[in-house]
Amino acid sequence: MSYRVVCYINQFYGGRGGEEVADFKPELVEGPVGPGLELQRLFGDEARVIGTVICGDGYYAEHIEKARAECIKIVEELKPDLFIAGPAFNAGRYGVACGDICAAVTQSLGIPSVTGMFPENPGVELYRAQTFIVKTENSARGMKQALTSMARLGLKLLKGEPFGPAYEEGYIHRGIRKNFFKDKRGSLRAIDMLLQKIAGQEFRTEYEMPAFKKIPPAPPIKDIKHATIALVTSGGIVPRGNPDRLRVSSAESYAKYDISGLNNLTPDEFESIHGGYDRMWANLDPDVVVPLDVMRELEREGVFGKLHPYLYTTTGTGTSVANAERFGQEIGRELKEAGVDGVILTST
Amino acid sequence: MTREIERVAQIPVAQIATIVPIMLTVGANRIVPGVAIPHPVGNPEAGPEEDKKTRRKLVLRALKALQADISEQTIFES
Repeated sequence: MSYRVVCYINQFYGGRGGEEVADFKPELVEGPVGPGLELQRLFGDEARVIGTVICGDGYYAEHIEKARAECIKIVEELKPDLFIAGPAFNAGRYGVACGDICAAVTQSLGIPSVTGMFPENPGVELYRAQTFIVKTENSARGMKQALTSMARLGLKLLKGEPFGPAYEEGYIHRGIRKNFFKDKRGSLRAIDMLLQKIAGQEFRTEYEMPAFKKIPPAPPIKDIKHATIALVTSGGIVPRGNPDRLRVSSAESYAKYDISGLNNLTPDEFESIHGGYDRMWANLDPDVVVPLDVMRELEREGVFGKLHPYLYTTTGTGTSVANAERFGQEIGRELKEAGVDGVILTST
Repeated sequence: MTREIERVAQIPVAQIATIVPIMLTVGANRIVPGVAIPHPVGNPEAGPEEDKKTRRKLVLRALKALQADISEQTIFES
């Protein structure tokens, strides 16, 4: 028995035309089309491309929910075992469409999906965790190599064969780590890596650092005398006894405390629970981490308008980037709603 | 956290912390170098007066940073 595969491609690879027909609505064609022909050759007798969905990049991008639903409906009726989209190389809209339809097919039909993109395609960040995205060149010059990797990965998924690390399998990692035993302990591996680095040889880190984003600065405060300023900290300052059970490290939450009646943070009422620095000074006077005493003074002196009544706090040690970003988004929304004009954020 | 508050609320955030390269890496735009990791806004080892004076100086610097028209990540050393 051979597995059933359905492909997704855009209007261009579907031979319908270029940008002028980008609003092409999803259409099913029987059997393989365009890149699907090479996929079929690579699959041999093991899998059969039974149908190809062709959809315009503009149509998918502009009507994402409608396009997704229409495509899913077509795919579902074909009862495939595997879904393959693209490859999209570095085409942004096509990449987002491929990622989105793959993620949706895997989620709603419960079958594996594979696509291919250049690592900088915006579809990668959005969908890497929800499908398998094979790493490709930035243009169709890399078509043959991309399809070879996609077909190989697709067959592995169909057969349920065990997977090695993402870089060996040729896809962009999904942020999943597996625990296993190595034959050499960590210190030996680190020294090997260091020697390779010094010798100018290629080496591979075992723990990739996350890539951080930069944003354009927000406009400055124009009228500080009437501005509301909020205090936020990642220094783990909480009311004594840590009533909201903030974690001492690897925080999964933040807390919000009313400081409107307070002139400073006293050690009788507040403490630091942060697990990443020596808390001696902070526990003698939490103002050395959250400068409430000075903020009140400056507020009274009229240096700025008013202090926001709530302090937002969490512990910033071992906290995942994803959680820290989520805290920032939630706090940011609340501060905006409250009409806050600026923030002083202290970190330890 | 700094970056996302600024991005979502579209209001300036001045971050006071000691390790400037980390603030640069995580995308803080208005950066005020702090005193020390366990007491970023104070100098308690130098006694209560100096401690408060230092804190006031840093908070005023952060308020200045919030009013500064900048186009890229900026470190406010004074």
